[in-house]
Amino acid sequence: MKTAVVLIAVTAALALQTTLSGLMIGGRIPVNLVLVAVVYIALAYGAVTGMLAGTAAGLAQDALAGSIVGIGGLSKTLVGFLVGVLGAQFIVSQTIPRFVMFVGATLLHEIVFEALYALVEGRAFALQLSAALVQAVVNALVGVIAFYIVEQGPGIVQRRQMRRASFSKRRF
Amino acid sequence: MLDIRKRTGWLFFGVMMAQVILVSAQVQSKSGVRVLELVTFELFSRVERATSSGVSGVRDVWGNYASLRGVRAENEMLRRQLSELQVKLQEEHALAARSQKLQNLMDLRSRAGLPTVAAEVIGGNPNPGMKTLTIDRGSADGVQADMAVVSPGGVVGRIIGQPATHAARVQLLIDRNAAAGALIERTRAGGMVVGLESDPPLRMELVANLADVKDGDNVVASGVDGIYPKGFLIGRVERSERGTGLYRNITVRPAVDFSSVEEVLVVLVPPRPATRDEGVQ
Repeated sequence: MKTAVVLIAVTAALALQTTLSGLMIGGRIPVNLVLVAVVYIALAYGAVTGMLAGTAAGLAQDALAGSIVGIGGLSKTLVGFLVGVLGAQFIVSQTIPRFVMFVGATLLHEIVFEALYALVEGRAFALQLSAALVQAVVNALVGVIAFYIVEQGPGIVQRRQMRRASFSKRRF
Repeated sequence: MLDIRKRTGWLFFGVMMAQVILVSAQVQSKSGVRVLELVTFELFSRVERATSSGVSGVRDVWGNYASLRGVRAENEMLRRQLSELQVKLQEEHALAARSQKLQNLMDLRSRAGLPTVAAEVIGGNPNPGMKTLTIDRGSADGVQADMAVVSPGGVVGRIIGQPATHAARVQLLIDRNAAAGALIERTRAGGMVVGLESDPPLRMELVANLADVKDGDNVVASGVDGIYPKGFLIGRVERSERGTGLYRNITVRPAVDFSSVEEVLVVLVPPRPATRDEGVQ
C-alpha cells in the first residue's frame, strides 16, 4: 500500500512538473513538485522510504530531463534521507515546522544539485540564491497545502456530504 | 533475514555510492577519459602504490636487516683489527722510545770514555725499605760489586752484593744507605750526597757554610769515593741555606727519574779506595 502510494505520488509529481514545464517553455518554474513529493514522503513515511523515493524520483527526473543521470538522484536521495531522519527526531506535525522543513530541504537540494553540476562540469559553484529562496518558499507552500489536503481533505468531504444529506431531509 | 530498515546508514551509503558511480560513468574528464575510469584507475593506482610501498618497505627492512648482520660482523672484525693495531702502535711507540733511550745510552757510553756494559732493568725493589733494582748483567759480563751504574740522566747507583752470573742488584743513590762523593759543578765545593726518605730524596752534606752554593747549581760526582766516575751529574741544588753548625743545609733534586729507569750502563771499572780528589775544595 505504502509503495503504491509512493509510486503514485512520485509519478504524479513528475507528470505535473512536466506539464507545468511544458506550459512555461523558456521560463523557470519556481516550484519543484518532485522534490515536494520526496520531502512529503520522507516526512510521512521515514528516512528509508524518503531516501528510496528520492533516488527513484531523482533518477527519473534526470532521465526525463536528458541530463546526467544521477545528479538529481544523489541530491534527492540525500534530501529524502535527511528529511526522514529529522522528521523522526523532531515534531513536524504542525504547519510551521513543516514549512521550515520544506524550505530547508529545497535549499539543501539546490546547493547539492548545483555543487554536483559544478563538480562534474568543472565550473565554479554559482547558486542563484534569490531564485532558490523563491523556489523554497513556493515548495514549502505547496507542501504545506498538500499536507493539509491529505490530512484534512477526507474530513471536509465527509462534512460536506453530511451537510448535503441533512439539507435534503429538511427539504423533502 | 536482513531488515534494511535496521541498516539505514549502509543502505544510504550504498545508494549514494551507486549513484556516484553512475554519474562518474557518464562524465568525462578534461582529458576525455571517463571519470569512472579515471577514478577507478586512480583508486587502483593508489592501491598499487600502497602495495608497492609495502613490498618495498618489507624488502628494505629485510635488506637492512641482512646488511646489518653483515655490518655487525664487519664491525666486530674492524674492532678486532683496531685493537690489534692499537697494540701494535703501542709496541712501535715503545720500540721507538727504547731505541731513543738506547741511542742516548750509546751516546753516553762514547762520551764517558770508560769501559761500560749496557744493562736492562729486569726487576724492581723487593723491599719497600730499600731502594734497589735488578739488572740483567752479572759476573759473566764483568760486573762486580761497587761498580757504578749510570744512565743518560746521570748517576743511578752502585752494584751491591755479589752479582749473579747474569744479574746484579743496584742500590739507587736515593736509598737511605747510599752515599756518593759530590761537588758543586760551578764552584767546585765538595761534599757528600746521601739518600733520604724525603722530598727531594737527596741531601748534600759536609759543605761548609762559607761555600758558594746557590739554588739550581749542578751537583756532580767528585770521584773521591772510588766508585762513581768523576763529573757524572747527580742532580741540582733545590735549596741551599746556611746551617747552624759548620755546614750548609743543601737539598738536591736527582737528575735521574728513578721511577722510569729501564736501561743503564754499568761502568766496568773496579772500585778503588776512596781518595781526596784534587778538584774538591
